[in-house]
Amino acid sequence: MRAKFFLGRLADLAFVLIGVSFLVFLMIRLVPGDAVTIMLGANTEITPERVAELRARLGLDQSLLVQYWLWLTGALQGDLGTSVWTGRAVTEEIGAALWPTLELTFLSLLVGAGLSIPLGAFMAQARGNWTEVGVRVGAIAGLTIPSFWLGIVSILLVSKLLPGTSVLGYVPFTEDPLDNLRRMVLPVFALSLPILANLSRLVRSAMLDAMGQDYVRTARAKGAGRRRVVYKHALRNALIPFITSVGVSMGYLLGGAIVVEQVFAIPGLGRLVLGAISERNYPLVQATILVMTASFVLVNFAVDMLYAVIDPRVRRR
Amino acid sequence: MMSYFRNNRLLAFATALVVFQVALAVFAPVLGLQDPFAQVIVQRMKGPNALNWLGTDQLGRDVLARIIHGYRTSLLTCLTAVLLALLVGGSIGILAAYYRGWFDRIVMRLMDVIFAFPILLLAIAVIAILGANSFSAALAIAVVYTPIFARLLRGPALVICESEYVEGARAIGASDLRIMVSHVLPNLASIVLVQTSLLLSAAILVEASLSFLGLGAQPPTPSLGLMLSEGRNFLLLAPSPAIFAGLAILFLSFGFNLLGDALRDSLDPRLKAAT
Repeated sequence: MRAKFFLGRLADLAFVLIGVSFLVFLMIRLVPGDAVTIMLGANTEITPERVAELRARLGLDQSLLVQYWLWLTGALQGDLGTSVWTGRAVTEEIGAALWPTLELTFLSLLVGAGLSIPLGAFMAQARGNWTEVGVRVGAIAGLTIPSFWLGIVSILLVSKLLPGTSVLGYVPFTEDPLDNLRRMVLPVFALSLPILANLSRLVRSAMLDAMGQDYVRTARAKGAGRRRVVYKHALRNALIPFITSVGVSMGYLLGGAIVVEQVFAIPGLGRLVLGAISERNYPLVQATILVMTASFVLVNFAVDMLYAVIDPRVRRR
Repeated sequence: MMSYFRNNRLLAFATALVVFQVALAVFAPVLGLQDPFAQVIVQRMKGPNALNWLGTDQLGRDVLARIIHGYRTSLLTCLTAVLLALLVGGSIGILAAYYRGWFDRIVMRLMDVIFAFPILLLAIAVIAILGANSFSAALAIAVVYTPIFARLLRGPALVICESEYVEGARAIGASDLRIMVSHVLPNLASIVLVQTSLLLSAAILVEASLSFLGLGAQPPTPSLGLMLSEGRNFLLLAPSPAIFAGLAILFLSFGFNLLGDALRDSLDPRLKAAT
C-alpha cells in the first residue's frame, strides 16, 4: 500500500517535470515572428549568415521532437545552453545569481513561517467578536500589501531616520556576514509579511479546530494544564495543514523574490531573468524559468512526502 | 444571529469599498479630474497641496488623476484576465467533471503542469513570448488562473454530477449541454462568485507587479505599478507618487479580498472559515 502510494506520487512528479520542461522548451518557438531575428535585432545588425549561425547554434534547424530530445538530455546533464550574447554557459550565469535568491527566499520562509506559529497560537487564545474581525482584516491586509511597495516605503523610512545606512545591493555572506544580514533585513521583511499573515491565520483556525477535538477534551479532563494542551496537543495537530501551505508559499516566494530583488538591487535570479528578457536572450530566460519551476515542483513533492510520513491517513487515500 | 449581523456588516463594508473604487474607475473621465497626461513642469515633484491633492510626479502630472486612471488600467486588465480564465478554466473543470474518463485525466494533467509554475514566473514567461504591454499582461494572468479555476470548479462539479437531480434530468432525456448549463452551472454560482473576487484581488497584485517590472502597461499609460517604479527613482525628492500608488493598489486588492472572504461566509455557511 505504502509502496504503491510513493510510486504513484513519483510518476506524477515525472509527468509534471516533463510537461514543465516541454512548455519551457516551446517558449522560444512560440515567439510571434522569428525568434532568431528578434534576438539578433535587439543587439546587432541582421545578416543572413548571422541568422543561419544562431539558428544552427540553437538547434532550430531540426525537427521539433529531435530538438526537444537534444535539449532535454542536455539539460539533464547540466547543459542548459549558452547565453546568446556573452557566450558563457547559461548554468554559469544562473549559478552566480542563485545564492542571493536562495538566501532571500530561505530567510523569508524562515521568518514568515517561523513567526506564524507563535503568532497564530497566540491569536487562537483570544476569541470574541472584535478579535475575529481584527484577525480577519489584519490577515487580509497583510496578504494584500504589495511587497514592492513595502520595500520602497521601508527604504524611504530608513534613509530618513538612519541617513547613511546602505540598505541596497548584496554582499556575499562569505565576504562580510554582518553586512550581508544587515542588507537582508528589509527585503526579508517585505517578502515575508504576506506569508506571515496567511500562515498565522491558518495556524489560528487549525488550532481552534484542534481545540474542539475529543483528544484535547480528554487531555484537559486528565488534568493537563491549558498551556500544555495548547502547545503539545492542539499545536501538533494544527501543524499538518500548515506544512502543505508552507510548500505552496514557496511559489509565492520565488515570484515575489523577482520583484523584491528589483526593489533592493539584489543580483539574483529575478534580475537575471528580467535582464535576459529585455535583451531577448531566450536561452537564459528558458533556463532560469526551468530551474526556478523545477525547484518549486521538487520542494512541493518533498512537502507531500513529509505530509504522508507525518499523517499516515494520507497514504490510505 | 449575532454572527449573522457581524458578517453582513463586514460584507456591507467590503461591498462599499469595492463599489466605491470601481465607480471611481468607471466615472474617471467625468469626475472633473485634471488631465492625467498633462505635464506642468514648474509644478513637478510637489507634495499634496490645494491644487494637486496628492501632489505631482517627476513630470508635474497630477498624482490623484493618474491614480484614478490607473484604477481603470488595472481593473480593465484584471477583469479581462479573470473573466477569460473563468470562461476557459471553468468550462474545462465542468467538462472534466461531467465526462470523467480519459478526457478528465488528460485535461486535468495538462492543468497540473501549468499549475506547477510559480504564478508570477509563468506570467513573466508568457510576457517574454508576447512582448510587454497591458494586453499581454491580461493574457498572462488569464493563462496563470485557468488551471486554478479548472481545479476549483472540478471538485464541486463532480459532486453535483453525481446528484439525484442530474440523474433525474438525464433520465427525462436532457442533453449534456443542457444539464451542464442549467443544472451544474447554477449550483456552482456561489463558489464562482467567491473565487472570482478572491482571484481578482490576487490578480491586481500580479498586474501591479508586472507593470512595476516594466512588463505590463507602458508609459505614459497611467498605471499604479508603473507609478511605483517611476516614483522609486525620485523617492527622496518626491515620495508622494510611490506612496499613494502603493496605497491605491493595497485598497483595491484589499477590497476584493475582503469581499470574497465575507461572501464566502454569507453564501455558504458550510465553507465558513474558522476565524
